[in-house]
Amino acid sequence: MSTPTLFGYPIPSDGGKIRPPLGMAANDGKKTMSVLEEPGHEQFDVEPINKRERQQPLYAARKKIHPKRAEGTFRRLKWIVMAITLGIYYTAPWLRWDRGEFAPNQAILIDLFHRRFYFFFIEIWPQEFYYVAGLLVMAGVGLFLITSSVGRAWCGYTCPQTVWVDLFLVVERAIEGDRNARIKLDDASWSISKITKRVIKHAIWLAIAVATGGAWILYFADAPTLIQQVVTGQAAGIAYMTIGVLTLTTYVLGGHMREQVCTYMCPWPRIQAAMLDENSLTVTYNDWRGEPRSRHAKRMAAQGIPVGDCVDCNACVAVCPMGIDIRDGQQLECITCALCIDACDGVMGKLGKNKGLISYATLADYNANMAMAAPAGEIDPTLVHDGKGGILPNFRHTTWRSIVRFRTGIYFAVWALIGLTMLYSLMNRTRLDLNVLHDRNPVFVQLSDGSIRNGYTLKILNMMPEPRRIRISLKGLPGGLMLLSAKDEPTESLVFDVDADKLKDIKLFVKADPQKLGHHRTREFEFIAQDIEGAEHVHYDAKFETGRER
Amino acid sequence: MSKTEIDHISGTETTGHEWDGIKELNTPLPRWWLWTFYITIIWAIGYTVFYPAWPLISTNTKGLLGYSSRGQVAAELAAAEAAKGGIIAKIASTDVADIAADPELSRFAIAAGHSTFKVYCSQCHGSGAQGGPGYPNLNDDDWLWGGTIDDIFTTINHGIRFAADDDTRISEMPAFGLDGLLDRTQIEDVASYVLSLSGKDHDAAAAEAGKAIFADNCASCHGEDGKGDISLGAPNLADAIWFYGDTKLAIMAQVNNPRHGVMPAWGPRLGETTVKELAVYIHSLGGGE
Repeated sequence: MSTPTLFGYPIPSDGGKIRPPLGMAANDGKKTMSVLEEPGHEQFDVEPINKRERQQPLYAARKKIHPKRAEGTFRRLKWIVMAITLGIYYTAPWLRWDRGEFAPNQAILIDLFHRRFYFFFIEIWPQEFYYVAGLLVMAGVGLFLITSSVGRAWCGYTCPQTVWVDLFLVVERAIEGDRNARIKLDDASWSISKITKRVIKHAIWLAIAVATGGAWILYFADAPTLIQQVVTGQAAGIAYMTIGVLTLTTYVLGGHMREQVCTYMCPWPRIQAAMLDENSLTVTYNDWRGEPRSRHAKRMAAQGIPVGDCVDCNACVAVCPMGIDIRDGQQLECITCALCIDACDGVMGKLGKNKGLISYATLADYNANMAMAAPAGEIDPTLVHDGKGGILPNFRHTTWRSIVRFRTGIYFAVWALIGLTMLYSLMNRTRLDLNVLHDRNPVFVQLSDGSIRNGYTLKILNMMPEPRRIRISLKGLPGGLMLLSAKDEPTESLVFDVDADKLKDIKLFVKADPQKLGHHRTREFEFIAQDIEGAEHVHYDAKFETGRER
Repeated sequence: MSKTEIDHISGTETTGHEWDGIKELNTPLPRWWLWTFYITIIWAIGYTVFYPAWPLISTNTKGLLGYSSRGQVAAELAAAEAAKGGIIAKIASTDVADIAADPELSRFAIAAGHSTFKVYCSQCHGSGAQGGPGYPNLNDDDWLWGGTIDDIFTTINHGIRFAADDDTRISEMPAFGLDGLLDRTQIEDVASYVLSLSGKDHDAAAAEAGKAIFADNCASCHGEDGKGDISLGAPNLADAIWFYGDTKLAIMAQVNNPRHGVMPAWGPRLGETTVKELAVYIHSLGGGE
């Protein structure tokens, strides 16, 4: 048997394992400069960035997080926000708003079938979609405003993912107990009690998920009717499919994927860095007063070794729904839910120390404090603490005033301007519209009495939820008369009944004596639509072909 | 050899196969992939049970649901036919004037007539029914054979000067010049008179001379005042609409050797229902009386 070769070179019998060049010890690859450097050729101090021995798998298995229940100011605030957001979501479709007999009486309704959007006193037709676009622009600018002032408040308090995960955690805690009990249950072998708890938990999760999907569809049809149809099995297939999809996503994202959605799926953690600045509020571990941390603060004090306020109790890690340690500094995973502030404040309170070891702070304040606490690069606790459990007065404490600055002022001004502009245009919009299509084939017709006739298709839009009588007349066309067919007597104005909240399509003819219209090939005039009982009137610029050659 | 060997870099078993020193890792399939694969197998088995699948010698298994794509097409066609069926049957059994009066029927008939018009009529009358020299404009209020919906229906149904139809509309104007009934001067005079009827520029003396000629030769069909007669298909000569042109020469040419347009009888070709739809459509164009 001959030696195997590759491109003519013999392959070593150990399968081509990477070996160091002769004269070099097989080390970890860190040092490549050989001490036995030979004259004549150079050895480069370089190594591959993806050295095979040090490659790590791209996939990381999830480490399950068991967040402990937190108590405190921000937890209370989050309960309130959660109650409001969930309350709005589940109850809004049931609010009624009287619009009379010709329009639905649901306060918030996206009627895709009839292409109408109702929001309390506002009704939007598809061509008024720019109001929705304006709302989206406001939401975008609002996100800039919120993020630049209070950081990722959206993530921490109002994002549906955060709110629903919180809700699912409430259920989990109620059934399986708090952090330690849940860890124990996870490790326990399967028993009747464990199975019962798991079944109850998942059943409640699924019930919440179904309610979430069920509430979603109620925004798109009359809620009481639809819920009755859904329960009795008479609703459209798409309704059940929507409930099914949203049930699945709610259950999977809220119950199982949780923090992974924020860390791996959501783009917002990546975008936030572009919007935060040194004056934005972020949840900050004030290591200038916490470090050096010590679990034996009293013993250290007795020995005269100065230490920081952090007692390394890990309470901040235990409550974190993202499973991170805020003491490592700002990080992508942090949704700024502020539960670590509550946890730390609780501990500090018990120890009789100042609260705010972890707090909402701006980077500017943090840097200033850090500069005072660590003038030589190392934090010196004696420069921070007054020795009686307090902080020296020269250190800064971030307050709500950090929100008010030039940048946030501009964001707020733009946001408010768009809102006010939309509100003004909403209050002053007409609920009557007229569109005119000129017949193009033929563009004009010669009549036997010498006059010229043009055909038009009029679309009268009555956007009011009540029937209206609309008078159509002509302006700027001398001798111009309208008729609906050759049998009719030509007239100067026509009146049409337009149904409530409907568009009326009318084919009509205009005839005129070309002798009275000058020498132009086309003559511009206006169609006027006037609400007979009301004051609204609109006009449409149209053209009349006179039939002349030039 | 079947001894398991662990790759020292990845920590994964190898299959023991080796090519030029490269060993194949025995990496297990991802679980999600495997489960998807198992589900597709279950799905495929279910599919072959419920849908036509296995070829047999002369036929194939039909599946529990009894589905076939041909059957689906047939059902869709039948549904489309049924959806139209009711209204077409109504049009067939309704008098053409009543169709125009019924909003639902007339809307359907106008749409149907429009598409039929584009296929069979637009070649002569134009896609907008605007006509051209020798082909009447169907939008205007001037009708050779009458502009009521019944008149229009009859015209389309039986055609004009269409030899194969016994009830066709027929009329013929004598070739006054070619057959020597009038000489050139007389034709010129009568043409001048015809121009004067609608107030066009004309030679007043010649028109005066033509008046008597018109009364003797033309008035029997075109009327004393030149306003024509729809029962004879004689055009109105006193209005602003001209069939073969409004110049003196064009009129003289028509008097000398008249052209006679022909339209086929569409009733036998398209069926009465379609002709009704066409009549409603034409009537709706703006000139219908």
